[in-house]
Amino acid sequence: MPETTYREAVRDCLAAAMRQDPDVFLMGEDIAEMGGSMGVTHGLLEEFGKERVRNTPISEAAIAGAGVGAAIQGMRPVVEIMYQDFITLSMEQIVLQAAKHRYMSGGQVSVPLTVRTQGGAGWSPGAQHAEQLEAWLCHVPGLKVVYPSTPEDASGLLWSSIYDDNTVVFFEHRTLYPIKANVPEALSPIELGKARVHREGSDVTIVAIGRLVHVALQVAEQATEEGISVEVLDPRTLLPLDEDAIINSVMKTNRCVVTHEAVTRMGFGAEIAALVQEKAFDYLDAPIERVGSKFTPIPFAPVMEQYVIPHEEDVMAAVKRTVARI
Amino acid sequence: MSLPADVLIELYRVMFTIRRFEETVSGLFGEGRVPGFTHSYIGMEAVATAFCWPLRETDMMSSTHRGHGHAIAKGLDVSKLTAELYGRSTGVCGGKGGSMHFADFSRGFLGGNGIVAGGLPTAVGAALGRKLDGTDDVVVAFMGEGAVNHGVFHESLNLAAVWEVPLIAVVENNQYTQYSPYEALTAGGNISERARSYGLPEVKVDGQDIAAVYEVAQRAIQRARDGDGPSLIDVETYRFHGHHEGEEQILGVDVYRSLDEIAEQREQRDPVPLARQLAVDAGVTDGTLAAIESEVDSEVEHAVTFAEASPEPELSAALADVYADA
Repeated sequence: MPETTYREAVRDCLAAAMRQDPDVFLMGEDIAEMGGSMGVTHGLLEEFGKERVRNTPISEAAIAGAGVGAAIQGMRPVVEIMYQDFITLSMEQIVLQAAKHRYMSGGQVSVPLTVRTQGGAGWSPGAQHAEQLEAWLCHVPGLKVVYPSTPEDASGLLWSSIYDDNTVVFFEHRTLYPIKANVPEALSPIELGKARVHREGSDVTIVAIGRLVHVALQVAEQATEEGISVEVLDPRTLLPLDEDAIINSVMKTNRCVVTHEAVTRMGFGAEIAALVQEKAFDYLDAPIERVGSKFTPIPFAPVMEQYVIPHEEDVMAAVKRTVARI
Repeated sequence: MSLPADVLIELYRVMFTIRRFEETVSGLFGEGRVPGFTHSYIGMEAVATAFCWPLRETDMMSSTHRGHGHAIAKGLDVSKLTAELYGRSTGVCGGKGGSMHFADFSRGFLGGNGIVAGGLPTAVGAALGRKLDGTDDVVVAFMGEGAVNHGVFHESLNLAAVWEVPLIAVVENNQYTQYSPYEALTAGGNISERARSYGLPEVKVDGQDIAAVYEVAQRAIQRARDGDGPSLIDVETYRFHGHHEGEEQILGVDVYRSLDEIAEQREQRDPVPLARQLAVDAGVTDGTLAAIESEVDSEVEHAVTFAEASPEPELSAALADVYADA
């Protein structure tokens, strides 16, 4: 298996889907010659042409809406919203149109649209180019939400997102694009709604998404030196959620830490905490810990940005708090 | 443009059906027999009729909150529409859509919309999809004049024009944006002039004259079929009823427009008797037209009976159609 970056994994998957299926095409700002602001779609123009790799104006509502329209009349568009902050400009089309056409029409139609977007802190992009908004989308019935943390997951999950008959919002993390892993050369789809246990452990479960999966794995490694056995679970698909995997893990470890880069308050972790106390309350030996960003916009100054977002020491501290409660 | 008698007969049938349907709905609403709220198309019948008449079943159309006339003109079943207004299981959306969300994707009717201009980006995408599929199908997007001041109006028209998609954007200027005269809210006043800024022809038409709208609609639809790009059509029309049914009970009368103005419009500019007169002038007998009116009366009466006799939806259906099955 060749070593592939997260960025290449996304690109290779898009190319594979477009080779297989003329109904798959791409729309987004500067995605053709430039390959998008992160270079993810670079090179696809040469193979597929400008009809299928379509540069759009800076019109996030129209980009998403054009995706909805192309999807309901039979295609499988993949649109790119340059930064996930900008998805706020597309929200009406995603939340009020894409997510509801099937329901409002009594099941007459499906909207097989994939909305790719990226973002995240860690490189001082400032308050309007760095936030994590996955929880907004997870609150909307009718959408699916996917957030891969590794190249192989990005590849397999993007494929399944494109071929899902629902609208899927697919989050990529800016800082993960260069990470490498072995990705099967023949595309290997990963079913939506299935969590991945990255590392088994017996003392505490860390449920982590996006960049924090890698943080959690570092923490797990360090924790072994202190005699703490950490299980790291990445839901990968946030909606629908693999509840069984999370509950089974916590029933085994009896402790749970949830971590993501989005602000803690009302974040995805709140839903995990609620789920665990509803379904595994009697198994818990400690309060569920949540580790996310402080409740501020993302500041620009590097020292401030680093202060606001969660790091290994924050997750490690949470792990230790849980195991301290016997 | 003089239309042949047989065409005028059929146009009149559609217009009269819309009129009788809306009058009936108005009565049902006044009596509290249908829930929710509803926006009447009375006074605007010529617009939907003329733009839908040249469409094929594979052509598509997106509608608005004031969409009953569009649905009837696109050939949707009046009984199923009425049942939808009652929220019954036999409704066109199984009771899950209601007045603002009539949809029949099998007939290319992409649905009403509760969001002003909300259906326009979708229509652009549908038009792009028809084009990418290699068809010469077209998409008509209806909107009220309030839509022209919405951000996605600009995003969508710009995108449609730069991509030369087969879209016919029809602004139904009924003179009042909710409860305000449109001139007070619309800079420049003349909506048709906005077409020029997208490099599109400037077209304004009298929406109360079925023959005039018919000619403009034919031309714009043919232009789109021929691959010559989108159109923006400014249709000057008038609504005889309030923004929504029951408006007078809330706001009173003579508030944002005078009863005299409405009476004058009804007297001189009612598109239904004007169309009837055109048919008579073309040699259609009063008896033929009276027979059509009688048929329509029966059809609408039957629709109410059908709706009221139809069962309420199963509650479990409220949980279905959130997602398309894999």
